[in-house]
Amino acid sequence: MTTEKPALSADAKARIKALVARYPHRRGALIPALWIAQEEFGWLSRETMQLVATELDLPESWVFTTASFYTMLRKRPYGKYHLQICTNIACYLRGADDLVDMVKDVLGIDHLQTTEDGLFTLEKVQCLAACGYAPAMLVDKRDYFNVTVDELRERIVALQKEAHAVDGAPAAAPDVPAADVQAADGGAA
Amino acid sequence: MSQWHTSPYIVDKPNPRERRTMLRSHMGVDFTKLDNYIKHGGFEAWKKALELGPEKVHEMVRAVNLRGRGGAGFPAGVKWGFLPKNDRDRVLVINTDEGEPGTFKDRYIVEDDPFLLFEGCLISAYTFGAHLCYNYLRGEFWKATAVCDSAVEQMYEAGLLGKNIGGTGFDLDITNHRGAGAYICGEETALIESLEGKPGQPRLKPPFPANVGAFGLPTIVNNTETIASVPFVVNLGVEAFNALGTPGNEATGAKPQGGSKLIGISGHVKNPGVYEAELGITLRECIYDLAGGILDDRECLAVIPGGASCPLILPEDFDVPMDFDSPQSVGSMFGTAGIMVMHDGTDILEVMNRIAVFFQHESCGQCTPCRQGTGWMLAIVRKMVDGTATEQQVDVLYDAATQIEGNTICAFGDAAAWPIKSFVEKFGDRIKAEVQKRAEARSA
Repeated sequence: MTTEKPALSADAKARIKALVARYPHRRGALIPALWIAQEEFGWLSRETMQLVATELDLPESWVFTTASFYTMLRKRPYGKYHLQICTNIACYLRGADDLVDMVKDVLGIDHLQTTEDGLFTLEKVQCLAACGYAPAMLVDKRDYFNVTVDELRERIVALQKEAHAVDGAPAAAPDVPAADVQAADGGAA
Repeated sequence: MSQWHTSPYIVDKPNPRERRTMLRSHMGVDFTKLDNYIKHGGFEAWKKALELGPEKVHEMVRAVNLRGRGGAGFPAGVKWGFLPKNDRDRVLVINTDEGEPGTFKDRYIVEDDPFLLFEGCLISAYTFGAHLCYNYLRGEFWKATAVCDSAVEQMYEAGLLGKNIGGTGFDLDITNHRGAGAYICGEETALIESLEGKPGQPRLKPPFPANVGAFGLPTIVNNTETIASVPFVVNLGVEAFNALGTPGNEATGAKPQGGSKLIGISGHVKNPGVYEAELGITLRECIYDLAGGILDDRECLAVIPGGASCPLILPEDFDVPMDFDSPQSVGSMFGTAGIMVMHDGTDILEVMNRIAVFFQHESCGQCTPCRQGTGWMLAIVRKMVDGTATEQQVDVLYDAATQIEGNTICAFGDAAAWPIKSFVEKFGDRIKAEVQKRAEARSA
């Protein structure tokens, strides 16, 4: 436990306040407010949910109940990149399992597991409403359609490079100018 | 990998069998910009609606029998008529929680042509006097939310939303509200609960949303495509809109219904995607003309015609017209017109498994038959796949499904039971043989 108490940023608070005005009852702003909090902290810890409760002046139990119901609201930390592969009927028929198997192979993680370096979390998700462009997936907020195993493998490598470049890990020398990092990234992607 | 593309969904050149009104050839035009939308005839229907007045517009929506495009097919004009005749505040909620497996048509509207929806909102809200409108998007629609937020902002700036719109004295506020990952929120009362910040658990009806809906206010929940059709009803007029649909069909018991319909075709076809055709196009034409036939020219095994909750249709029934009523004549449903095609090499047990996983995962947990029953169905199907089930358990599976059906607050229970039952009804012997085969292979 850290002694430092988490707090929502001033910007997050302002956004939540603006949201409340859009609904006849402030509880309507709860899910959007949880999204804002999740954006800020990466996931919803008990403390974070309490912050949201305070901000909206709602009972904590309401916030916990709602947060626990929805799968996209994270109740634990996820990796830096969230690989969400649809494995429902249409995507299954067009080879989604090959994508999952490749990720298991390359990253050694299964459904809802995170790589040891904290970079990737794999999730087999239910229908993404992109059945005509199957197999479909989301990497964080981005849609990828008609995904092939090779493309996804390349994408994973590119993301690994990107992460190391940002972290200043051995993959990129610390004094590489930002422009070069971008160029290297663009080449790989 | 392509990502966040502009208009990836439709080709500029329509398929000859298509009849497009809503889908349009973008030809490089970005219809997420209000200027472009207006330049190409946008908000003409809104002006026309103002001239006609609310009663006339409502009358038109009734006259074309505009059926709900979200799966249930309930006539929108009738639904609007359920609102109480008083001056209470009322709410329009757009159901963009598109998540029925096989359905991907609304994505096109909210990502590529959002003003169609919002013009529809404006006209509909004006028709029944709503001043509050929420567009409930599913949690995974990140891009669509960004597009819709920008569209709403542009409308406020142009004076098409807010107070006293265009000097008419009519007020409307639209808010895009993104959910957080729950299929059940596509059920209208679950959606309302979710909009209110609660878990998405369907309400017992009555009271119906038209009386007590979102935030206790009289509420109309309509599907995205339904509301996006409203501008066409007004623009084309009753006769032309009706001409797009079907005059009815005595053989299949179809009532007259107007308009064209977005049809999503996926699975084992050569050209999967969103198409638009007149109501009444046959299933065969959808599969072979629109989508170019079965992948690798194989034989077709079966089709799930309107989203995962619809019973199967076999090739011998492919001449059934795709309108809101006809698929019932072959024991299935029109649903959302999200057609999933399976060729003869498909592993039936595995498809059943995906269906069972889905409904078990998405049950809201409120009613015991559904919460428990979907778990039991999944447990049995898993054993069937693994080769640890017996033939008799196929009958147990059917029985479990039957006990869910009709015993729950909302239609989710039926939706979970029907496809599984349908697989057993249509392919019972084949499934049993496969179960037997896998069990033998396992014990060998």
